[in-house]
Amino acid sequence: MPSGVFVRLQHAGGMLKAHVVFLSLGLTLFAAGAYAADALPTAASMPWWGWALALFVTCFFLGIVAVPSGVGGGVLFVPIVGGFFPFHLDFVRGAGLLVALASALAAGPSLLRGGLANLRLALPMAVLASASSIAGAMIGLAIPAAIIQIALGLTILGIVTLMSMAKKSEFPDVGAPDKLSAALAMNGIYHDAARNEKISWHVHRTPLGLLLFVGIGFLAGLFGMGAGWANVPVLNLLMGAPLKVSAGTSSFILTLVDSSAAWIYLNKGAVLAIIAVPSVIGMMLGATIGARLLHVLKASVVRKMVISLLLFAGLRALLKGLGIWP
Amino acid sequence: MNDEHISVEQQRYANWLSRGARSGLLILIVSFLSYVFGLIPAHIPLEQLPAVWNLPAGEYLKLTGSPTGWGWLRMLGFGDFASLLGIAWLSGCSLLCLAVVMPVYAGRKDWVFVGLCVVALLVQILAASGILTVGH
Repeated sequence: MPSGVFVRLQHAGGMLKAHVVFLSLGLTLFAAGAYAADALPTAASMPWWGWALALFVTCFFLGIVAVPSGVGGGVLFVPIVGGFFPFHLDFVRGAGLLVALASALAAGPSLLRGGLANLRLALPMAVLASASSIAGAMIGLAIPAAIIQIALGLTILGIVTLMSMAKKSEFPDVGAPDKLSAALAMNGIYHDAARNEKISWHVHRTPLGLLLFVGIGFLAGLFGMGAGWANVPVLNLLMGAPLKVSAGTSSFILTLVDSSAAWIYLNKGAVLAIIAVPSVIGMMLGATIGARLLHVLKASVVRKMVISLLLFAGLRALLKGLGIWP
Repeated sequence: MNDEHISVEQQRYANWLSRGARSGLLILIVSFLSYVFGLIPAHIPLEQLPAVWNLPAGEYLKLTGSPTGWGWLRMLGFGDFASLLGIAWLSGCSLLCLAVVMPVYAGRKDWVFVGLCVVALLVQILAASGILTVGH
């Protein structure tokens, strides 16, 4: 066997091992989480630091899988922590918003400097979504937790469907820009490092995109989740922004949308440092590792695992809200 | 990195966002560590938290005598509220970013984006003000 082929086979074997080890680790954690509802000690029998540590470790692993799967940490955090930890959903949603906000703030500057987030594209969307996220947060804090659990479960199951079926277009075919996006100069040029070329882009269907962002902001505030799962399809598939610009701009939009909703939770006393801070730090550390593992892990495998996890968490939220699996 | 295609206002926004996010995270971590390691006293003792963190926010506030709105600023001497300073900083750092890009848009007579920044600022300030109050 030629040595080049042998080296390539060894490399492929190493990659396979990395996948298997990673997936085993992740599945073990999540399987443990699945049984946790029955097996975990009651809130009174486990000290506060045990829960804080469990939260940190869970968020660390969620952060690792969030990056390669292409979903924000917030969308994983709320159903999983809300389903398997003893904290009230008010505090979980408050912490979820901060997890999503801190991740978006950490990534925002480099996305803006690299041209992958675009201020002119983001600002009109962010203004509407911020305003509606306030309404979502206020309504979320005013209605009973069981109803929120049911709505959360249904929304997560909807996200699972969206993630399973939605296609992505790296460079959507956009004809002429619509009048509104042309008037607001919602266009740009970025350097695509993978292709080593400059990509010029513009968008269309802006009025419908703006309308959808009102709904996205509302859901972000209501459930305390980041809304990247919805932002990216609207920017990419509906408005025609390139996939990388959509993902970067989506992340930047969250810095404004989640901060508006976070203020409402903070003012209503629905933010507990002991829940929010270990979550934020764990998720950010995990995301750092996740970003480094991007070239080792097969994104499609991790994505399938995350979809399965979300399906489970969504069913758990729904059944918990209905009182079937308290 | 492709600086020539990045607008001045976007660069400026990025710089201020970077400063805000880094300082906010630093405040968050330092205040939280001081809280959990007992360097600052806690309003609600840490060991009592598992008995109350399963309550809705409204009941939790009533039972623990914790303030709403900006009342936590008066209680910064307690670790659980000192930790909120970093959270508020992170939530508010976009305000500065929006404020610093407005003169760039104004200098270019891009009044639509000046208006968008003003509306974005007002929305953030309204959310932060504590005027909007609802609850269980």
